[in-house]
Amino acid sequence: MSDLDTKERIQPGTAPGEDVAFEIHGDGDFPTADMSLSIGPAHPATHGVFRIVLEMDGERVREARPVIGYMHRGFEKLAEYRDYRQIKALVNRHDWLSGFSNELGVALAVEKMMEMEVPDRAQWIRMLIAEWNRILNHLMFIGSYAIELGAITPMFYAFREREDIQHLLESATGGRLHFTYNQPGGLKIDLPKGFLRESQRLSTVVRERLPDYFDLVLGNEIFQGRTKGIGPLPSDVALSIGVTGPTLQATGVAEDPRVTEPYLKYGEIDVPVPVGENGDSFDRFSCLLRRIQASLDIIDQVHDHVPPGPVNSKLPKMVKAPEGATYVRTENPLGQLGYWLESDGGRTPWRLKMRTPSFSNVQAIPYLMEGVLLPDAISILGSVFFVVGDIDR
Amino acid sequence: MTAISSGATTYIAQSVSLFDGFDGFVLPLVLKIAFVLQLFFVVPLVGGYLEHKAMGRMQHRRGPVEAGPFGVLQLVADGIKFIQKEDVIPRAADRWVFAAAPGVAMVPALLVFLVIPLGPGVFALDLELGLFYALAITSVSVLGVLMGGWASANKFSLIGGLRAGAQLIAYELPLILAAITVAVQAGTLSLVGIVEAQAGFMIPGTGINVWFVFPQIVGFGIFFISAMAELSRPPFDMPIGDSELVFGYMTEYTGIKYAMYMLTEYAGMITMSALMVVLYLGGWQLLPGVPMPGCEGAGGLFDCSPIGIALSVLVTLGKIMALVFVMVWARVAYPRLREDQLQRMSWLVLVPLSLLNLAVITVFKVVF
Repeated sequence: MSDLDTKERIQPGTAPGEDVAFEIHGDGDFPTADMSLSIGPAHPATHGVFRIVLEMDGERVREARPVIGYMHRGFEKLAEYRDYRQIKALVNRHDWLSGFSNELGVALAVEKMMEMEVPDRAQWIRMLIAEWNRILNHLMFIGSYAIELGAITPMFYAFREREDIQHLLESATGGRLHFTYNQPGGLKIDLPKGFLRESQRLSTVVRERLPDYFDLVLGNEIFQGRTKGIGPLPSDVALSIGVTGPTLQATGVAEDPRVTEPYLKYGEIDVPVPVGENGDSFDRFSCLLRRIQASLDIIDQVHDHVPPGPVNSKLPKMVKAPEGATYVRTENPLGQLGYWLESDGGRTPWRLKMRTPSFSNVQAIPYLMEGVLLPDAISILGSVFFVVGDIDR
Repeated sequence: MTAISSGATTYIAQSVSLFDGFDGFVLPLVLKIAFVLQLFFVVPLVGGYLEHKAMGRMQHRRGPVEAGPFGVLQLVADGIKFIQKEDVIPRAADRWVFAAAPGVAMVPALLVFLVIPLGPGVFALDLELGLFYALAITSVSVLGVLMGGWASANKFSLIGGLRAGAQLIAYELPLILAAITVAVQAGTLSLVGIVEAQAGFMIPGTGINVWFVFPQIVGFGIFFISAMAELSRPPFDMPIGDSELVFGYMTEYTGIKYAMYMLTEYAGMITMSALMVVLYLGGWQLLPGVPMPGCEGAGGLFDCSPIGIALSVLVTLGKIMALVFVMVWARVAYPRLREDQLQRMSWLVLVPLSLLNLAVITVFKVVF
C-alpha cells in the first residue's frame, strides 16, 4: 500500500502552487509520462468495492495491481462464533449471488464430519435449487458483462428471467437472495405443492428465451470484436494460478467437481461441462452462457428423479461435529468453493477456512491485463467473473 | 425572392424567412430568436422523451410514467432538478475553463438551429453557405468537451476529453465528404436550395422524382454513422464510456453544467437528424414527386398556405424523430466499440468509401 500512496502521479490541471512530478518513460520519438489510474474502489465497472491500480501509458496498461480487502467482513472468524445451524446464514452472504450453493458446502461438510445420512429427496431437491441458483448467478453476470461493454439491454432481459426464477425459489425457501434453506441433515422444509410442475414450466420458458442472449450478445459483431482474442488465458497458467469455474473451463479444461468428484447425486445423472478453446473473454462469456443450458439440462433430469419421502433427518438438540477436520469442495456458479472445517468437538467450528472462487479468479488479473488497452482491461475485468464479497469475505 | 440560374435548373437562392414578412427590424428579430430558442429547448426534449419511451419499450420497461400525462414532463422535471443541485467545482480544477466549457459546448449547438429549415419559410436564416456554416459550427462543440476534460483535474475526464477530440477529428472528415457530395449533386450549399434541388431531381432518362438518399445511399450511411460518432452516441460513446471512464469528460460536472452538456448532446441529435432530412430525405416533402397540399411554387414546396406550412413542419419533425428513433435503437441494440476499432473504421473504411462516393457522384453529375 505505502508505495501506492507515495508514488508520484500526474495531475492534469493542478491547483495553483501544487508541484507536479512527471516520470518520463518510453522510447523513440514520443517519450510519454506514465499515469497511474485507480479504477475503484467505487467505479461502475467493479460492481462492488474492488480496486485495480493501472499504470497506464496513454490508453495502454503497463501493469495492473488488484487491491482487495475493501469489503472484508471477517466471515471466517464470525463463523467460529456461530453454531452449525447458524453458519448457513453467514456463508450465503459472502458470494451473495450464489447463496444456496454456499450453504450447501457448509451443510455437506458438517454432514461429512457427523457421518449423517441425508434423505434422497433432500439431496435431489438440493441439486435442483443449486442449479436454479447457478442460473440466477449466471444471468446476473451476463447482464452486467454486457453493461461493461456498453450494451444496456441484456441486463433487462436477464432480470426478466431472474425475477421469475427468484419468484419460484421464494415460494420454496422464503428468500430471494439469501435462501437459508439448507441445514445439516437435509432441508429446512419440504417444497410447496406444485413446485416441481412450476419448475418444469420455468425451465422450458428459460430455455426458449436463451436464444435471445445468444443472438443479442454472443452473436453481436461489436461484442465479438470487443471480446475475441482479448485476454487469452492458457490452461497451464490458469491451473497454476488456481482459476476455476467458467474461467477455467473456457481455457479448455473440463474440470468440474460435479463430474470429477461427484457430490449429492450428480454421479447418477449426466452433467454436461461446456468448455472453450482459447480462454479469451469471448470463450469465458460463451462458457457462462452455455453453462445455463447445461444447468437446464440437469434441472430437467432432476425433475424425473425427485422421490417422495422426508427432506430432513432428525437432528440432536445441539449439532456438534466430532473432533477432526474435513474439506469439501463444490462447483459453485463462479468456480470451486472449498470449505475446510475443523472442529474441536464443541458446538461451534474451531476453524472454517473458505477457499472462494472469486479470490482465485482475480489472481489472474495482473497476468491478463498486462499490455492491453483500457477498454480491453474492462472487458477482461468483467469476464473473470467475481463477486467482491466473495474475494474479501 | 431572387431567382438565379445555374445551368439547367433554377434555384431560389437565399429565400426569405417567414419572419421577415413582419415590418420593422425588431419584431422579425425577436420572432427569429424565439423560434430558434424554442427549437433548441423543445425539440430536444421531445427527442429525449422519445428515447426514454422507446428504450423502455425495448427493454421490458414502461419508461417515465409519473411526471405529467404519460411521463411527458419527465425531462422538464429533470431540468428543474438539475437547476436545484449544488454547483460543484473541484478544488484542483481550472476554475474558469471548467465553468466555461459547458457553454462553449452548448452555444454552437444552439447556433446551428439558425439555418435548419423546417418548412417553406420556417427558418431563421437561409445562408448561401448554409451547409458549410452548419458543419463548421457543430465541430466547435468539441472544444467545450476538450476544455471540460482538461479542466476537471480528473484522469477519467482527461481520457474522455482526449477520446472525444480524436473521435471528432476522425469522423469530421467522412461527415464533410458525404455532405460535400450532396452539395455537388444539388449544386448549392444553401440548405433550402438542397431541399429544392431534391424536389427537382429525376432519375436520368425517366420522369421519376427521387430524393438524394436514392443515388447516395452509401453517403447517407456514412453520414449517419459519422453523425452518431460525432455526437458520441452509443455505440460510439467512448468519450463517456461509463463502464470504463465513469462518465468521461462529464465526471466532475454537476447540476446545471451537466444539464448543459446533456442538452448539447440531445440538441446535436436533432440538428444532425435535421441535416440528414434536409440533405437526403427531401426536407419537408412528404413523398418524392408529390406536391405538399396548399403549396404551389417550385414543385409544391414554396408559396404555401398556412395549412401547407403547418403540414410541412410536421413532416420535417416527423422525419427528424424517425431518425432519432433509429439512433436510440442502435443504442439499445449494440455494445460500445473500442477506441482503436472506431478510429480504424473511420480511416480505413469510411474515408475511402466517402471519397469513392464523392468521385462517383461527381462523374454522374457531369455525365448527366
